Amino acid sequence: MAVGVPAIVRRPSLWRRRARTNAGSRPPRERGDSTRSFIVTLIAVLAVAAFLSPMLRSISFALKSTEQVTQAGTPLYPADPVTFSYQGKELPLLVVPLPDGTTKTLALLEPGRKASTFVDPAAPDAAPINWVGSWRTLENIWTLNPHWENFAKVWDLIDYPRLLFNTAAIAVISTIGTLLSCTLVAYGFARFRFPGRGLLFTLLIATIFLPYAVTIIPTYTIFLKLGWIGSWLPLLVPTFFANAYDVFLMRQYFMTIPTEMDEAAAIDGAGPLRTLVSVLLPQAWPVVIAVAIFHLVYSWNDFFGPLLYLSGKPEIQTLALGLQRFNGIHYRDPGLIQAGTLMTLIIPVIAFLLTQKFFTRGLVITGVEK
Amino acid sequence: MAAPSVARPRALPRFSGLGWRRARWGYVFIAPWIVGFLIFTAFPMVATFAFTFTNINLTQAEPLRFVGLKNYETLLADRRVWDSLFVTLKYAVIALPVAVVLPFLVALLLHTRHLRFSGGFRVLFFLPYVVPFVAGVLIWGGMLSADTGWLNGFLKLFGIAKPPDWLQDPAWINYGLVIMGIWGIGAGMVVYLAGLKGIPTDLYEAARIDGAGAVATLRHITIPMISPVIFYTIVLGVVEVLQYFLVPLVLKNGTGEPGGSTLFYNLYLYKNFFTFQNMSYGATMAWVLFAITLVITLILFGTARRWVYYAGEAR
Repeated sequence: MAVGVPAIVRRPSLWRRRARTNAGSRPPRERGDSTRSFIVTLIAVLAVAAFLSPMLRSISFALKSTEQVTQAGTPLYPADPVTFSYQGKELPLLVVPLPDGTTKTLALLEPGRKASTFVDPAAPDAAPINWVGSWRTLENIWTLNPHWENFAKVWDLIDYPRLLFNTAAIAVISTIGTLLSCTLVAYGFARFRFPGRGLLFTLLIATIFLPYAVTIIPTYTIFLKLGWIGSWLPLLVPTFFANAYDVFLMRQYFMTIPTEMDEAAAIDGAGPLRTLVSVLLPQAWPVVIAVAIFHLVYSWNDFFGPLLYLSGKPEIQTLALGLQRFNGIHYRDPGLIQAGTLMTLIIPVIAFLLTQKFFTRGLVITGVEK
Repeated sequence: MAAPSVARPRALPRFSGLGWRRARWGYVFIAPWIVGFLIFTAFPMVATFAFTFTNINLTQAEPLRFVGLKNYETLLADRRVWDSLFVTLKYAVIALPVAVVLPFLVALLLHTRHLRFSGGFRVLFFLPYVVPFVAGVLIWGGMLSADTGWLNGFLKLFGIAKPPDWLQDPAWINYGLVIMGIWGIGAGMVVYLAGLKGIPTDLYEAARIDGAGAVATLRHITIPMISPVIFYTIVLGVVEVLQYFLVPLVLKNGTGEPGGSTLFYNLYLYKNFFTFQNMSYGATMAWVLFAITLVITLILFGTARRWVYYAGEAR
């Protein structure tokens, strides 16, 4: 198709070489560049900090107590009010402005609407201090105290082990389906000439642009008639029939592998399937990993499919759907919601970090040439 | 696009003997996709099209009847369809430029030779792309919250006493949704970055020798050279924006709140299917959406000849 796209897409054989000479087109640094370097890097740090700040907020909220989350004017970090033990009671420490203009940290002994009694922690045996004003306007003293138990609570409330198992099982089975079917189809398109190949391939790519809505009702009806609604089958079975993105990605990669070895294998009497398994696939493992990780993440994050086919059956649902249900019940407790959110995203994020080279290179191939 | 048609007429007669045996294997290998395409795409599309001329509504047990173009007439007269199209358009006007320009700017930043640790930054800018969509909505829902959100906390620091209620105020909701969407820039950014790396350095050398400044270089070299990537991003952005509905579905439970400002076309369509169970009407809306997508995509491809530069292609 398009010829003017970056060389890396036109000839994905550059894939492997580019990996090592990543900064190929970057001119070497010159002297006197260090100030610029510092400024540009600083801009990038600020941009990335802003970009990821919602994640930081989520982590902070996930570790906060319900009390802190529902109270205004609390620190950004997870913290608890500092208390002072006085005659067997735990009193909150507040910053109290005194008549002489100074402020002092005092423990609240008897809260009152118009006036309250405080104890000075520095001199607990002295007489309690009477202070006129509303204690509610005073600020607490806070100390860092992450509430890790939020994660444990969500673990039980959301039935995390079950959802995790469901999500992982669906992701793994559908990834196997995708790898099997897309490898075969991509091999067919990459290595065999047959009438209609160009047209069929265009048709395949065109399905990427098809709105889901023009196919969803009959598809849903088919699954309903088969009795598959409320089971994993509608999410698993279609993956065994290949999809445009992954076929495209694998075909592009297969086409960069020279055919000489295929031909040698054929002369040795290997059939087409044998050639695929023992000649092509051993050379194509980067793309196999890319497709596997794409599909794992896609399946893990899919919301619409489980929403359509698994609604009303909590015991077979996935994390994404379970999280939404959890949010519907516990939306008043943002700490728990954010803890659940982090427990949902942690696995795809780790999977991405471990495989990010394959992941981003795969995206480039599917990304540019469609 | 290349023109492979020259070689085609000669290709067919070669399929004889061994050629045909190879061709048969080709069909065998692509068979899974052909079968899947027929079952999950071709047949449902035709069936959906047929539905548009009938009266299937699961809430009323009327006998199945051919109603001609009645559904299309209803659609044209349906205020909510026009409102939802307008909602989609209003969102698109803000969302599309951001979806096209922002990943480009980040890619430019990552590509400059002055940036240290660019690999690390690339990973961090890409990271939110793999965050599950529901998790992203919940994280941003908190971030944009009027009173506990960090964005408004930040704005207050800069003296904005009454920052917008991003997700409750109809005047601001589209901006809120666009801000939520910026976590999806990862894919576009990586593709732009590959495009930037593919630009031959001698072009920049030549520009420097000719005394071109940074802006002129960007305008006359960088942008034309990556115009295929820009084009791709626009096409995909349009297709995505026309189908936008999952975020408002999760964020507002599909109610279209506040004040109908999140009742996107595709959300209204989804509700026709799954809430009102008016299958024929939903099918009609689906085909209209398909037609709109097709027309806009074709128009875009039509304009592409004018501004998308394919290096190495005869012009």
